[in-house]
Amino acid sequence: MKLTKRVFLGLAAGSVFATLPVAAMADDWEPKRPIDFTIMAGPGGGADQIARFVQSVVEANDMTTRPLVPTNRGGGSGAESLLHLKDARDADHTLMVTLNSFYTTPIRQEALGVDIETFTPITMMGVDPFVLWVHKDSGITTFEQYVEKVKEMNGEFVMGGTGSGQEDSIVIAYMSGAFDLDIKYIPYDGGGAVAKDLAGKQIMATVNNPAEAKGFYEAGEFVPLLAFSDERMEAYPDVPTMKEKGHDFSYYNQRAIVGAPGMSDEAAAYYREVFGKVYDGEEWQNYLVSESLSPLPMDEAETRAYWATQVANHRQLLSEIDG
Amino acid sequence: METLSFLADGVLLSLQPINLMLIIIGVTVGLFIGAMPGLGSVNGVAILLPITFLVPPGSAIIFLAAIYYGAMYGGAISSVTLGIPGASTAVATTFDGRPLAMQGRASLALVTAAIASFVGGTVANVFFTLFAPLLATVALSFGPPEIFALMLLAFATFVGLGGDDIPKTIFSICFGLVLATVGFDTISGEPRLVLFDIDGFLRGIGFIVLAIGVYGIGEMLWTIEQTRGEITTTNPKMSVKGMVADTKEATRRGWKGTMIGSFLGFFVGVLPAAGATPGSLMSYGVAKMIAKNPKEYGTGTPDGVAAPEAANNSASTGAMLPMLTLGIPGSPTTAILLGGMVIWGLTPGPRLFVDESEFVWGLIGSFYVSNVAAVLINLAFIPLFVWMLRMPFTILAPLIFVLSIIGGFAAARSMHDIWLIVIFGIGAFFMRKFDYPLAPAVLAIVLGPIAEPTLRQSLLLSSGDPSIFFTRPIAAPIMVIAIILILLPGLKLLRGKRKEVKA
Repeated sequence: MKLTKRVFLGLAAGSVFATLPVAAMADDWEPKRPIDFTIMAGPGGGADQIARFVQSVVEANDMTTRPLVPTNRGGGSGAESLLHLKDARDADHTLMVTLNSFYTTPIRQEALGVDIETFTPITMMGVDPFVLWVHKDSGITTFEQYVEKVKEMNGEFVMGGTGSGQEDSIVIAYMSGAFDLDIKYIPYDGGGAVAKDLAGKQIMATVNNPAEAKGFYEAGEFVPLLAFSDERMEAYPDVPTMKEKGHDFSYYNQRAIVGAPGMSDEAAAYYREVFGKVYDGEEWQNYLVSESLSPLPMDEAETRAYWATQVANHRQLLSEIDG
Repeated sequence: METLSFLADGVLLSLQPINLMLIIIGVTVGLFIGAMPGLGSVNGVAILLPITFLVPPGSAIIFLAAIYYGAMYGGAISSVTLGIPGASTAVATTFDGRPLAMQGRASLALVTAAIASFVGGTVANVFFTLFAPLLATVALSFGPPEIFALMLLAFATFVGLGGDDIPKTIFSICFGLVLATVGFDTISGEPRLVLFDIDGFLRGIGFIVLAIGVYGIGEMLWTIEQTRGEITTTNPKMSVKGMVADTKEATRRGWKGTMIGSFLGFFVGVLPAAGATPGSLMSYGVAKMIAKNPKEYGTGTPDGVAAPEAANNSASTGAMLPMLTLGIPGSPTTAILLGGMVIWGLTPGPRLFVDESEFVWGLIGSFYVSNVAAVLINLAFIPLFVWMLRMPFTILAPLIFVLSIIGGFAAARSMHDIWLIVIFGIGAFFMRKFDYPLAPAVLAIVLGPIAEPTLRQSLLLSSGDPSIFFTRPIAAPIMVIAIILILLPGLKLLRGKRKEVKA
């Protein structure tokens, strides 16, 4: 049996890696205990998938001397995660995988006292565009038909999303304003649940990341109508963008790894090297393509500037929704 | 026919010496992880997932399935021997498993749990093999109104049980529901009931925290008070002959619960919103409801162990279905497996059965083999677990306390949870002293977080019109049955009173 030796070696190696510290990397600093890898959302959604993927790549290639321990802290649109990082007792061993609630939750819940500019940028893994989806049984094939249908239903057109003030609700709110649409919005607790209820025709349309809808799209169940990206997406070349429809609007979900406030420069440098390697690796580059993520590499200063503009943009968008 | 040949290939692959060895290791490790309070299949799979990247995907998935099965069997062990639920899915197992252990019949309880788990797993596997694509369609037809109706039915099975004090049962449910609302509200995204402005409550109150507090600490205090230091350890005997007799008795007195648990558990597990914990609690409720003598439940009847154990195995297998067919994890463990599948280059979703049928059937084949391995290994270890009970209670009590605290910490790694466990333990002790049933509160904290958002989503869908629950073909009958069950004890009470008046 040709697998035998590999499996044995693999298992033996696995148990050795699990118990013994491996020789140091080039840097002076290295983690001394398991690394808290907090995920800003519940299990199964886009952020969770990415976190598990990154963890697996790190583990498989044995890139850290201590394991990453992923924990879902999705409570309160990510407020739970933000507080967890803000109050982290051991900033050097606390990381977070973010989505855009990283910007919106501190704006919407000022009482949390979270200022994301104090957080430590590690690595921007990519940005995830949004797409408008309907079920194939609706018969809708173009964005124009969709607009017509929504107007015809006069407030009874039902869309699902991940909650008021969440990424998709911002996109839906902008779209409703731009085309004068009256949509009934049902909040769910995750992108996976939203996609499932579109597949079951409990709701009529969604704004989901491609990764969440891909399985159903490939099975011919979901029809993409409009992309909220700057340019047409490679995976969906026939789908027009919001910009083509005459509105200068694009929206992406940030997929980044962020460190706790007060993380030492040495620790931050260590993690940047580790996740930089993950980013450049074949696994992640394939993932970017297969899940339709756009690369957006940035260094620390660029990330901080990007955060500042994102916070300002979201403040503007949210005030339009709430106001 | 193609299906069957793929399945046979999957079984044969699992039986190769190296894979069989992985299964034996996986089941044994899983068994002990599952038996540790607070650690369940989620932790087992998460801890060992990285190791699987070192072996080929075929062997990796077999290994994970083995851990998954081992952990599900293991959950019952501490529920029975220590009274602390080994995993959230095994909470209902304490209801009757613990009393049986106190009567010196721990081996009967453990044998029943093992056999029921095996039957539950087997039924689920057969269903899975025969009806997977069809069941995926059924799962999709469950929108918010249907899920809410199902949750109401689950509550009804607990309220509608005669015998218990109904007002106290309702109080207990309401108490659990209030605890379930602590934290964030999904619908509005606002924090609520953040008690004393303690940040820890933003996360809400975890179910496992409540369960360990109530059943671990609360049970320990109760036993100390009952025995007043006069330790009456039942001396459980263990012999091969005894186990054969136990097996016969388990089959005779547990088959009904096993059947209910196997079928109901699988069905509930298939629905992405629910999962194995509601499945096992509902099965216990239904088994008690249709039992000839419901009063036996809670005092140590094998049916009361069999129903939840069959259900949690069956539901855990069922939870694989939405993951494989829709790409939607039905439970936290399947969410981790989903992550693993992405690494192995597989896209879970409607196309998986078509594009990767060899993988899917190989996986299902390994479920069959893992299930057989799990029951055999579990039975082999039972004498060891029963032997633990021979320890004097003066040693066992601190051990339970320590395990409860460690288990509570392991779940979310937060000190906040440990204080809650202690408080819930003391609270549960007093509730028990005043004869309040605890199971309904535990049920409420599991089902509340599913029932509340689905109720509100349904009403949003209908613009506030409650008739949505009665006009949809699947929701309506479930709602009607639930309402009848809730009203039943009231009607009985009325009839009883009328008779009294006449007399």
